[in-house]
Amino acid sequence: MRRAFLLVRRRAISSIPVLLIVIVGAFLLLEAAPGDAVDAYLLSIGGGDPALVQSLRESYGLDQSVAARLWLYVTALLHLDLGWSVIFGRPVLDIILERLPNTLWLMGSATALAFGLGSLLGIVAGARPGSSADRTLSIGSLALYAVPNFWLGLVLSVVFAVQLRWFPTSGIETIASGKQGLARAFDIAWHLVLPVASLAFVYLALFLRMMRAGMAEAWRQDYVLAARAKGLARRRIVLRHVARNALLPLVTMLGLQAATMLGGSVVIENVFAIPGFGRLAQEAVAGRDAPLLTGIIVVSAVLVVLVNLLVDIAYALLDPRVGASDAAA
Amino acid sequence: MSRPTSRLSLTRRALLQSSAVIAATSVLPSVGFAQSGGRLVVAADSEPKSLNPAIVASNGVFFISSKVVEPLAEASFDGKDGLAPRLATSWEGSGDGLSVTFKLREGVTWHDGKPFTSADVAFSALNVWKPLQNLGRLVFANLEAVDTPDDATAIFRFSKPTPFQLIRNALPAVTAVVAKHVYENSPDIAADPANTALTGTGPFKFAEHKPGEYYRLTKNEAYWGEGQPVLDEIIYRVLPDRAAAAGALEADEIQLAAFSQVPLADLDRISKVDGIKVYSTGYEGLTYQLTVEINHRRKELADLKVRQAIAHAIDKDFVVKTIFLGYARPSTGIVPHNAPEFYNADVPTYAFDVAKANALLDEAGYPRGADGNRFVLKLLPAPYFSETKQFGDYLRQALAAVGIDAQVVNNDPAAHIKAVYADHDFDLAIAPTVFRGDPAISTTILVASGTPAGVPFSNQGGYANPTLDALIAKANETVDVAARTALFNEFQQRVAEDLPLINVAEWGFITVARDSVLNVSNNPRWAVSNWADTALES
Repeated sequence: MRRAFLLVRRRAISSIPVLLIVIVGAFLLLEAAPGDAVDAYLLSIGGGDPALVQSLRESYGLDQSVAARLWLYVTALLHLDLGWSVIFGRPVLDIILERLPNTLWLMGSATALAFGLGSLLGIVAGARPGSSADRTLSIGSLALYAVPNFWLGLVLSVVFAVQLRWFPTSGIETIASGKQGLARAFDIAWHLVLPVASLAFVYLALFLRMMRAGMAEAWRQDYVLAARAKGLARRRIVLRHVARNALLPLVTMLGLQAATMLGGSVVIENVFAIPGFGRLAQEAVAGRDAPLLTGIIVVSAVLVVLVNLLVDIAYALLDPRVGASDAAA
Repeated sequence: MSRPTSRLSLTRRALLQSSAVIAATSVLPSVGFAQSGGRLVVAADSEPKSLNPAIVASNGVFFISSKVVEPLAEASFDGKDGLAPRLATSWEGSGDGLSVTFKLREGVTWHDGKPFTSADVAFSALNVWKPLQNLGRLVFANLEAVDTPDDATAIFRFSKPTPFQLIRNALPAVTAVVAKHVYENSPDIAADPANTALTGTGPFKFAEHKPGEYYRLTKNEAYWGEGQPVLDEIIYRVLPDRAAAAGALEADEIQLAAFSQVPLADLDRISKVDGIKVYSTGYEGLTYQLTVEINHRRKELADLKVRQAIAHAIDKDFVVKTIFLGYARPSTGIVPHNAPEFYNADVPTYAFDVAKANALLDEAGYPRGADGNRFVLKLLPAPYFSETKQFGDYLRQALAAVGIDAQVVNNDPAAHIKAVYADHDFDLAIAPTVFRGDPAISTTILVASGTPAGVPFSNQGGYANPTLDALIAKANETVDVAARTALFNEFQQRVAEDLPLINVAEWGFITVARDSVLNVSNNPRWAVSNWADTALES
């Protein structure tokens, strides 16, 4: 437990400079993009006269210098104030908290499915490397990995939502249905089936292949030979000796994939009209909404740091060697 | 150019037929077909920050707000002057152009139960339309006072002669009336929370907005229109992905998608799906034009012969057939065919003629170089519509045929606005310009000089023509309808002669709906009208 605590503390401290770099970088990148929030807004309303343009720039604070605005933003952030969204006219934090749960559900379910099913199939494939089950799974996963997830999303939507009508085409829940409690949870789960599937299948392939490769490697280790010599049952060797050791790199991958999946959800959220984080980020960029975009990036960065922290803790539990030096210090 | 292609005339005939059918069904009592009530779910592709149509006069806002907040008059296929009364029952301009008298509908109440009176109209005009609204700032620039001799009369008084023709044509778009009692104590009307939770007099009340998911409007039981509205509820479902709208229609999760949210390329397929209808009418009052904007600061483009050559190099029929798949028609000038009050067919036209274009460029003194090119241009297609982007690719090829190397620069929307309208960093740009009922609203600004940099959808090409400027100024103060129309006829001729910009094609949007939705596209601004008579078949 102490080991875990020390890990958390060390990670928290080291992530502060990372977050700062991310914030300033995001702010400057959006600043470098031509056009500002007023240009984007004028487009949406079909133009205006010079006085309107001027007063909009003033009311958005865009008449101030980049440095002044960045300073204002960072100092406000130190008070945990994420600022005010230009395109929505509401506090950034409110908007983010509204959208975050949808993305977390989507990402969480997709990650769980990809990791769970991926490693399971990886064990099946890796139990007998070179067997026909292994070949089929390897080829299948390679094919899945080659498919872009938006395309998979569209195909799943056409087949299962438009033609078969088993699932809804889009949305996070039935609109204005007034459902509560379990009925609502079931409704959300039903809506998430297709988006989670299209997001998870691509990553599933990745976990499957890693698991299989790790197991193929482990089969050649001496301890496996020893286990076999001991006369252990094959099932026991596969699960306790081979798979468990092959699992470690997968856990590392899990942390890395969390960030990638946040990116992948931008596309899937658009295809399935899920009001999540990814779509919000896209709207923020299109509207040149610096406070909103920076807010999204900060929260995403915190999220990724958190996931990696969890991965580290899991690692520490799985592998006694990790973090031992801290505990000794 | 005046001869329509066979494909186009076919489309036109189909258009006329379908509008005749719609007109017939709307005359019949709806009782026989439709069941009163029901929930209509429609696709929405954006969520405007402010929903107040009195402040933001744009289609994105109107699409939702027009059901809640009503204008003084709405556009109509058969009404006098193309208008149907809404909150005003009659309107009349004085001979000197200094006043307009509106008789208002009596017995109308706001959604919160308070009575609607002339005080609301006066407040909206003076405190909202004139100072705050993107279009109203121009139309009501000279509005000085609004007299309210009684609750049902509003007299607009102008400091300078203001053409009644302009006011009348602007009524549907710029006169959404908001409640005085809601806004009068607001410190900042433009930022008031009431702009997102609307109070109006319309057939539907604003119920809720779930960001990223939907807007819900419910029936206004106390609506003044007898037997209206028919629907119980309208839901705008936010579907940012265009493919998603088509899929949701096919799965019957939504019943209607307006504003071409189903892409043109999908129309052929979806029109064959059982139970789905494609409407190409109902947007006559919102006609868009595909326009080539020209930067006259470029020496080559300042030469009329070069501009003529570019016009001759464009095959408008090909553009209509290939890019718009027939859902458009070639433009002859800066005012579209759909504005019969102003449209002037008697203007110079530029037939597709590559040889002539080459000859003009030779004459202008730009011979082909060793690589076959005469000069290089920077071409910026507006990214807001797929058709403007596709036309960019077409124009590049069309110009290559006459020895002009047009290099396409692609930007996202905000960057495009900045590059073209603020930085003037373009030689040619492709814009979807809009005709809004009267040339003075958003058409003359495309060629008039003197607009400072940074104003989108205005002349930022450095073009200055004193004759045109004088014509525009004169039309803005000419009260007599015939004289003003004549000025705009001349305006169109001169624009077509001098080509400050090149109008290629004009189009309206497409609505796709389930057969169960009745009374679709029965006025020229249908998607942004109140839908009081829209019904669902049981």
